[in-house]
Amino acid sequence: MKAALFVPCYIDAFFPEVAIATLELLERLGVEVAYPLDQTCCAQPMANSGCEDDAAATEALFVKNFAKYDYIVGPSGSCVHHVREHLTAIPQSRDVTRVRQNTYELVEFLHDVLEIDAFPWAHFPHKVGLHNGCASLRALRTAKMSEIDEPAFSKPMDLLRKVDGIQFVKPERPDECCGFGGTFSVFEEPVSAKMGYDKVNDHYRAGAEYIVSADMSCVMHQKGCAERLGLPVKFIHIAQVLNGARE
Amino acid sequence: MKRIDHAEASSKFIKATDHLDFHDKRLWDLRKKRDRVSEALPEWEQLRVIASAIKEHTLTHLGDYLEEFERNAIANGAHVHWAKDAAEHNQIVFDILGARRAKTLVKAKSMLTDECEMRPFLEKRGIVVMETDLGERIQQLDDEPPSHIVVPAVHKLRTDVARVFADTIGTDRNNSDVHYLAESQRQHTRPYFLRADAGMTGANFAVAETGTVVVCTNEGNADLSVNLPPLYIASVGIEKVIPKIEHLGVFVRMLSRSALGSPITQLTSHFRKPRKGTEMHIVLVDNGRSDRLGMPDFWYSLKCIRCGACMNTCPVYRRSGGLSYGATYSGPIGVIIDPAFDLRKYGSLPFASTLNGSCTSVCPVKINIHEQIYKWRQVIAERRQLPFVKKEAMRAAGKVLSSPKLYRAAVETAGAGVEHLPRIMMYSRLNAWGRQREVPAAPPYTFRQWYLENRTKK
Repeated sequence: MKAALFVPCYIDAFFPEVAIATLELLERLGVEVAYPLDQTCCAQPMANSGCEDDAAATEALFVKNFAKYDYIVGPSGSCVHHVREHLTAIPQSRDVTRVRQNTYELVEFLHDVLEIDAFPWAHFPHKVGLHNGCASLRALRTAKMSEIDEPAFSKPMDLLRKVDGIQFVKPERPDECCGFGGTFSVFEEPVSAKMGYDKVNDHYRAGAEYIVSADMSCVMHQKGCAERLGLPVKFIHIAQVLNGARE
Repeated sequence: MKRIDHAEASSKFIKATDHLDFHDKRLWDLRKKRDRVSEALPEWEQLRVIASAIKEHTLTHLGDYLEEFERNAIANGAHVHWAKDAAEHNQIVFDILGARRAKTLVKAKSMLTDECEMRPFLEKRGIVVMETDLGERIQQLDDEPPSHIVVPAVHKLRTDVARVFADTIGTDRNNSDVHYLAESQRQHTRPYFLRADAGMTGANFAVAETGTVVVCTNEGNADLSVNLPPLYIASVGIEKVIPKIEHLGVFVRMLSRSALGSPITQLTSHFRKPRKGTEMHIVLVDNGRSDRLGMPDFWYSLKCIRCGACMNTCPVYRRSGGLSYGATYSGPIGVIIDPAFDLRKYGSLPFASTLNGSCTSVCPVKINIHEQIYKWRQVIAERRQLPFVKKEAMRAAGKVLSSPKLYRAAVETAGAGVEHLPRIMMYSRLNAWGRQREVPAAPPYTFRQWYLENRTKK
């Protein structure tokens, strides 16, 4: 199987190790991975601010970069959500529609498309709290949300359970938003930081050594909060855990 | 008109940590109770679908049902008035009161009368207006608007209430016992019911086939307001109409479960016709509702039954308080209603959201609240109501991110990620990111640089 790797801008710039883990993991699982070199961003920052005009050219570039792939995989729920649900600033050509349909968040891709049932190389002997970003949880529907009475399911948890030695802790409000919210994090800084503090404290009180997430932007914010608070909680992307990171 | 600055107001709210923690916990507790009682009904999700369908049907035949309501209400012996806006509503109410020389009005809770700013209008004209709902009364005595549509004084601690009551109705300043405070307010309010010239309620529902106004309360104050004075006025938003009495059961099962996590309100009162020798008036109010009904992206918000579940679950609302929105309606439902009243004044409110979507999932009538928030942002940008700094930052970000070359120049300069990227992606307002958070460390290479180095070179 052939897939294109979609590396969101902030992962490219701040967290290259997450993209490397995603690439290596997909290759380990037998996927032939292409990395279009001219990619930048999905245009979510502009679009979430209401600026469709300013988002259009970036969206067009995204589609141009990925048009020829049947599977486009990115390790970031909110960016994938933008492509799939909100890439609307440009005319909806056949290429645009195809790209939107073919874009997957990494967990979905592993769980639903590749249907992976083992990560024999993975060993993570730590207590972890799982953080599902809101776009993954409530838009991509990768896990049961607490607001809806439905049978329990969790795609990220299904994958993590296959990791040797891992233990899970349960925070009190597992699916409350952590307050990142893109531009919200700076334009509504007081509430954003308070939400982040509450989130990392909740995981810390539950006994988490690590917060694991498929949503690196939430992690960027939570990590900044935990460091400022001086909390001894560490952060790691789910791709790194599944790819065999030990710590 | 001054623009609302939600971020600034929220910062004040957050500084009062006792209040903040109480507010967040109290409302989260309501959310958890809502989860428990809704999960106890296996048909909950089905009820949401039905409730939504009834509302959509009614809203798409609104004129017909309003006329049916009017016919039946008149046949019952009520007077029906139509108000196109807040000013007309207030004038109609004042004229009804004036024609009967009514000087004292006891009223139950109504967000609509707050929306119309009726109380100051009447007070200026010599009418004594007494809020009889405990929370509303606290807010009235403290000269503050309600901060929540169901629990109006939820942002106050009981010690705050003790202070307000001591200053206004003469209770013991040092006694903040809840029972004592509630009983004191009750004793203070009761005589007004007996001497009031008129009573008023809002409406939770208006049933077209019976011409009935339905009011759901927990304190009995609406029933006293209606049943003691010789004149009763109901203020009813036109979106409150439902076709048949059989539809009421769907909403009554959901309203209090969503709002407070209780199966039903203590009282569900059907006010159908005036008691012998008294008058009943119903004022049907538009005040922007038909305009909203004509907005393809936003008419859905008219399905709202004002349960407040979206506010209770909203992590932003819980940490900023209803008053920080500076509008009659706060929280998620507020940020999609308020801009329709005044885009300039309320243009920042749709940005007081992380778009997390929890509001949409708890909404008993399935309003796509967070998608409407997203859409309002587009409207605000199109109508040039974004703050200059944000608009310019977006224009710059759009330029850089649509050009592989400019993008790389910004992120690839060794160690320059921190210097450049926050400006591009976060266009910081005096480096708001770093005020309470650490900035991510810049790695020595971008992923692309790593890839070129490790995967393309032989």
